[in-house]
Formats: sequence, C-alpha cells, structure tokens
Amino acid sequence: MNNEELKAKAREVRKGILTGTFHAKSGHPGGSLSAADIYTWLFFEEMKIDPKNPKDPDRDRFVLSKGHTAPGYYSVLANRGFFPVEDLKTLRHTGSYLQGHPDMKHIPGVDMSSGSLGQGLSAAVGMALAGKMDNKSYRVFALLGDGEIQEGQIWEAAMFAGFRKLDNLCVIVDNNNLQIDGPIDEVCSPYPIDEKFKAFNFEVINVADGNDFDQLRDAFEKARTVKGKPVAIIAKTVKGKGVSFMENQVGWHGKAPNEEEYNTAMAELD
Amino acid sequence: MSEVKKIATRESYGNALAELGKEAPDLVVLDADLAGATKTGVFKKAFPDRHIDCGIAECNMAGIAAGLSTCGKVPFMSSFAMFASGRAYEQVRNSIGYPHLNVKIGATHAGISVGEDGASHQCLEDLALMREIPGMVVINPSDDIEARAAVFAAYKHVGPVYMRFGRAAVPVINDRPDYKFEIGKGVLLREGRDVTLIATGLCVPEALAAADMLAEKGCDAEVINIHTIKPLDTELILQSAKKTGRVVTAEEHWIAGGLGSAVAEVLSENYPVKLTRIGINDTFGESGPAGELIKKYGLDAEGICKKVLE
Repeated sequence: MNNEELKAKAREVRKGILTGTFHAKSGHPGGSLSAADIYTWLFFEEMKIDPKNPKDPDRDRFVLSKGHTAPGYYSVLANRGFFPVEDLKTLRHTGSYLQGHPDMKHIPGVDMSSGSLGQGLSAAVGMALAGKMDNKSYRVFALLGDGEIQEGQIWEAAMFAGFRKLDNLCVIVDNNNLQIDGPIDEVCSPYPIDEKFKAFNFEVINVADGNDFDQLRDAFEKARTVKGKPVAIIAKTVKGKGVSFMENQVGWHGKAPNEEEYNTAMAELD
Repeated sequence: MSEVKKIATRESYGNALAELGKEAPDLVVLDADLAGATKTGVFKKAFPDRHIDCGIAECNMAGIAAGLSTCGKVPFMSSFAMFASGRAYEQVRNSIGYPHLNVKIGATHAGISVGEDGASHQCLEDLALMREIPGMVVINPSDDIEARAAVFAAYKHVGPVYMRFGRAAVPVINDRPDYKFEIGKGVLLREGRDVTLIATGLCVPEALAAADMLAEKGCDAEVINIHTIKPLDTELILQSAKKTGRVVTAEEHWIAGGLGSAVAEVLSENYPVKLTRIGINDTFGESGPAGELIKKYGLDAEGICKKVLE
C-alpha cells in the first residue's frame, strides 16, 4: 500500500477505536490511538496473515503485550476482515466476544490473551522459540507500552530472547511517553529504552515519529534484514494521536469519549 | 512393612518425562536453573534440543511455556512448588489458565518435606492457589508409580495441569497389577466402617499405617487416596462419608485451601459429618530433616492416629 492508502486505513482504525470505546463507555483510547499507525502497518503491510485462515500454523504472530489498547487491536483486526467492523460497537458489553482485554479463546485473529502488563512478551518469545525449534519461517511481533517496560518480566523475556538470538522476534515499543500516573520519566523513568534493549543483545531501531508511515516503512524494512538477534523498534508516538483534544493528554489513557466528544472526534477523522 | 522401596516423586517426574519424550515429539521441558533438583536433567540428557533452561526467571518461563503451547508444543514447566505456583502465580493464572493453554506444571519440592531449606522454600499453599484457577487440573501423587502415571495422564489431557512432587523419598505403595490412574478418580485403598481417612501425597502411606494402628485400638478405618485435588472425586468421598459418618483428611499443606478444604466444601454442601483436617495449621515451616518435620507437625501415622482418636 502507498502512504495515502495506509493513512486512509489508519483513519478507519482510529474511528473504530472511538466507536468501540464510545459504545463501551470505557476502555483505553489514548494508547490505542498512539499505536494506530503501527497497528495499520503491521496488519495491512508487514505480517503474513489471512483473515480466512486465522489459525494457519505458518502465519506470523502478534502479541499485544500492552493489552489494554485492545480497542486498537480489535479495530485493525475488524478492518482487516477478521470479524465485522460493526461488532466493535459491542466492545466490553456483557456477552460480547470483544472482551476488555485480548481473549484468544473467542476473538478471531488474536494469538495470545493478554492484559496483565509485562506478560505478553514472554509468550511472544515462546512463539518465536517454537518457530526456531520447528524450522518455521514465521515471525513474531510484540507491541509493548513504554510504561509497561517498567515490569521486570519484560527484561526476563528480553534477556532470554537476546541470549537465544531469536531473530524471528520483533518487539515494538509504543513510546508515547505517558502512563496513567503521568509522564513515564516522572513516574519511574525507563529511559534510555534503546540502550537497555541494546544491552540485552537486541538490534535497536529508533523511530523519531512512529505515526509516520515513511519512517515505519524504513524501520520495518530494516528489521526484516536483521539476522542473529531480535529486533526492538522504539517508536516515538503521540498519545491520543489523530484526535486534537486527546493528543498528549494523559487523561485520555483510560476514558471513553461522551457523545459530543465522540461526534467531534469522528468529524476530525472524516 | 520391612524393606519397602522408597523413591522421591521428583525422581519419578524426571524419569517419566524421559520415557514419555520418546513417544511424544511435541513434548518440551522448561526449567528455571533447577534441572538438577527437579530431576528433569534426565530428560535433558536424552533430549537436549527439547530442554529449555530459562534461567532464574519463573514468570518468564510460564509465559514462554504459554507461547510454545500456542504453537503446538506440550510444555512441562518445572520448578520448585514455591516458585511455580507462588512466584509465577499470576502468570500461571493469566497467561496459562485464562486462555486454558495446554501447559503442564511440574512442581517439585512441595510441602514441609523440603526439609533443611526451611520455610522460604516449603510451599504449603500451592494446592489452594492452583485449585482456584478455573480449568486447572491439580494432581498430588502419592508415590513413584502414581507420579509416573500422572505425568503420562497429564500429557494426554488437553489443558493446564499442575502436578505436585516431593523432594523426600517416599515408599512405593501402588505397585500392584490392577493399579489404574485416572485423573479425577480417587482410590479406595482400604475398606472400613468407623472413620474415613482421606489423604493425598506423602500422607497416603502414613494414613495406611495409621489405619493399622487404629485397627489395634478397635477402630476400623477406611482409607482413600485422593491424588487429584481438582476435579475432586466427590462421589467416592460422599459414598464413604455416608458409610462411616466421620471423615479425617491428611495433607502436607496448610489446612486452609487444600484437600481438607475441598473435602469440607463437598461434605458441608451434600452430607455434613464430623470432619477433622490434618495439615499445617496457619504457621510457616522450619528447617530440619524431612522425617522429623513430618512427625513434628503431626503428618505421620502416629499423628494421624492420635487426631482420629481425639
């Protein structure tokens, strides 16, 4: 896809995020919107996946380690054809398969249940390890939050992945710089993130603007060529990206738009 | 009971894995720097490519096991019970239990029979923690033969299974031609009329010996081995309670949350009879030789016998 096509898809993904959280009256739009372009790139361009055959053993895998941004994940899956976009309106509703956090048992295209921060990367490492053991060529992508990497288990998993030279693993850190309690460098700074992953034997690719498709394209193209070590793409993004009044506002981490805000936001994206 | 063969169930775990590995190419074994102690070293030697040492990082090991299982592997993650069920509890709950993944947890060094290492390593709450997880099968085998059978049954079972093994050598009591292991089925080891002794793990041979002592005092005890704490064989338990009218449970675990609690739940809801729970009573363990601790905390035959007669 060219950039214009990708941008159009990303707009639809963002609309799905707003629609889901608006109808749920809860959920996490901020970190879903910051990662919307990463989601779009991965699911429309990067990964070998087939909505008609979501359990294909040779497919690329995706683990949403920052599981609270499920609205973004579900929106990109729906827009990619794994389930109807209309169903996004049932997000978090009683009886809906679209649970508040990713549920692999019930949601087509979800490779791993997640939500408890710090745990997803380990599962992704297990998938990458299985691929190596079976000489499979699939790749595994794990999307992490920048606040999430305060969890120690992330570094247990990173140590293992680096040590085992899992070059079929690609970690993406959505570096929007905000967590619930405030800026990550005021709560408990994980910086320098790139140097940490380097120290754990990752090839690190810094992306100055993770909401820009040219830069994402370059980063993922480079990631594909890396052999002998896992890759970490540290993508600087803007929390709430694409909705003017949500951008860089920590308050939109876990709050749904009301009707007026929803209509304003949807109009901005049209 | 002279010259009874003794073997620790952790040895059985390692041996069974090495045997099962020959016929199960999808079986992989994970460890957290304790392959020597959990006895999975036997498997590692036979199948080095299918043994994964995760280093001292049990939470990550649980997650890696989860990821492997989504790709068709049948991982047996191994560590001490304290770390497998305690340290990694939330990973086992959320990364394995919630998605109901096909991961087996081999937890060795459970209970007070860890001995000299003391309270920090004597896990007395794993049965409680694991049976709270929906869909988790919880097995606590009593001897070498049962432990081996449990490993094979766990492999065949699709879904998460927690297996509890011990460090100390325990007598082989199930060495008989008609022995059959079935997940969720208790084993009636001795028939009696006056009291039902329901035991699990290393308390099973102690309960059998206690029954002999009780017989000398004119008390005819029935002995049931509950190797599967979850799903519990409620039918067998109720049947026996209806016959004897008195139940005593014995386990190497805190009396809250384990076998005693599970039996109490069944009895109180279906057929209330007098129940005595034998276990560790709301206190941490301590250092000492396993045999001495078992005796000190009343988990041996004499302790069980005394409680029954109280």
